[in-house]
Amino acid sequence: MLLASVLAIFIIMFLALLRAFLGPGLYDRILAVNLFGTKTVLFIAVLGFISGHGYFLDIALLYALLNFVSIVGVLRFVEYQQQSQSKATEKEEL
Amino acid sequence: MTDLLTILSFICLLLGSLCNLLAGIGLFRFPDFYSRMHATGITDSLGTGFILVGLMLQSGWDTSLTKLILILVFILLTGPTITYSLANAAKQHGLTAKLTEEAAEKSGGEASSNH
Repeated sequence: MLLASVLAIFIIMFLALLRAFLGPGLYDRILAVNLFGTKTVLFIAVLGFISGHGYFLDIALLYALLNFVSIVGVLRFVEYQQQSQSKATEKEEL
Repeated sequence: MTDLLTILSFICLLLGSLCNLLAGIGLFRFPDFYSRMHATGITDSLGTGFILVGLMLQSGWDTSLTKLILILVFILLTGPTITYSLANAAKQHGLTAKLTEEAAEKSGGEASSNH
C-alpha cells in the first residue's frame, strides 16, 4: 500500500511538472510548483517509512519549511515588480 | 489491535492517494486559473492529511509520530496561506476568471438549444 501511494504521488508530481511546463501564465506555474513541493514532502515521508530510516522525516519537515519560504518569496518578488512597473508607467504618462 | 491499525492506515493511504490524484487531474483539466486553484487547494490539504494520518497509524508511539504531527500542522497552516496570497496576487494583477455566472448561463443556454 505504501508503494501504491508512492506511485500515486509520482503520477501527480508528473502532472504538476507538466502543468508548470505548459502553464499559460505565471500564476499557473507558481501553483503547479507549490503542488510539486507539497508532494515532495509527502514522497520523502512515505519513502522514509518504506526504507525504515527515521531521519527522512526531518528532511521532509525541512522541505515543507523551504517550500513555504520560497513560494512566498517568489510571490513578494512578483508583487513588487508589478508595483514598480505600474509606478514607472504612471511617471511616463505624467 | 495491530491488524486493525494496519487496515485503518491502508484505508487512509488509499483515500489520500485518491485525493492526490483528484488534485492532479483537476490541475490539468480545469479551464481557468481560479478553478485550478480550487481543485488543488481543497484536495491538496485533504490528501496530505490522509496520507500523513495513515503514516501516523503505522508509526506507533515514537518520535516519528511527533515529526509527522509537526509536518501535518505546518502544511495545514501554510497551504491556505499560499493559496490566499497567490489568489490575491493574481487578482491584483488583473487576472479575470473565465468561469463566471454569465459564462455559465451562456454555455447552459447553448447546451439546452443544442438538445
